[in-house]
Amino acid sequence: MTLAGPRDELALVDLLDRLLAGGVVLTGDITISLANVDLVHISLRALISSVSTLVEP
Amino acid sequence: MSDEVMYLYAVTDADLGDAEIDDMRAVDGAAVHIIAEAPVAAVVSAVDAERFSASALRRNLENLQWLEDVARAHNAVVSDLAHRRPVAPVRLATVFANTENVRALLRTRAQDFVAALDRVRGRREWAVKGFVGLTDPPSAAAGSTDTLSPGRSYLERRRAERDSHTRHIEEASTEADAIHNRLVKLTLANRRYPPQDRRLSGYRDEMVLNAAYLLPAGAEIEFRRVVDEYHEGHLRLELSGPWAPYSFATLEGDQ
Repeated sequence: MTLAGPRDELALVDLLDRLLAGGVVLTGDITISLANVDLVHISLRALISSVSTLVEP
Repeated sequence: MSDEVMYLYAVTDADLGDAEIDDMRAVDGAAVHIIAEAPVAAVVSAVDAERFSASALRRNLENLQWLEDVARAHNAVVSDLAHRRPVAPVRLATVFANTENVRALLRTRAQDFVAALDRVRGRREWAVKGFVGLTDPPSAAAGSTDTLSPGRSYLERRRAERDSHTRHIEEASTEADAIHNRLVKLTLANRRYPPQDRRLSGYRDEMVLNAAYLLPAGAEIEFRRVVDEYHEGHLRLELSGPWAPYSFATLEGDQ
């Protein structure tokens, strides 16, 4: 069982589940909205490929 | 001159005092500020307008190190707050041109924010993930391929392994649904996320449950006991939390 307190190192992937798919969605006035699913998808794809390059020989 | 913009972390009750945010470090190491517009207050920091412009954000979100730095700084502020008071966390990288625009947001959505804060007041978010080990060597079809040619026998064996793997995952998914339904009964709200890709999570086992639960303080002991003492079937559970209520402090109309 893992009990992640605020100071502990959380797994980035757990954090991104919440930060990219949770939270209140507001449209900032000068920025893109992360409600845009495509963008999140692109970003996660980039993540997967960068992680794979690190892990796979 | 306006080369700084406002990065919004969370919204909370308007009684937030400076003493509560003094020691917080925000994105890029900046100081955290409060913009109060009763009955709610926004927690913000100034960020570089260039780095957080729409085009820069598109680029930066694909940069793993940038994404990680911002995500961790964002979560540090939000979870610090959540340990002291009800918060409605805002999605990553929500940026406003200036303080006045944040005030305008607080005024126009005040009732929605109050409703979101009321939904999580006195409650905390916990997460449960369920895994199934893929280490059991499938022995299906052993012996039944004796009469086949070596090539055919190999293909048959591979197919049997694949079928057994699929069955294994299906059984674990059914178990995941069952324990999820048990946990739901102890909680006020729940949300299931897609299982994480193993290449991202670094787990060797296959994830079949990735869920968040909103608990009233009185239910935490029982909830944790059920997760802790779960030893059934193929499934292994992992608990994390408490989290800031990212999955539940949503406004009407959010997903």
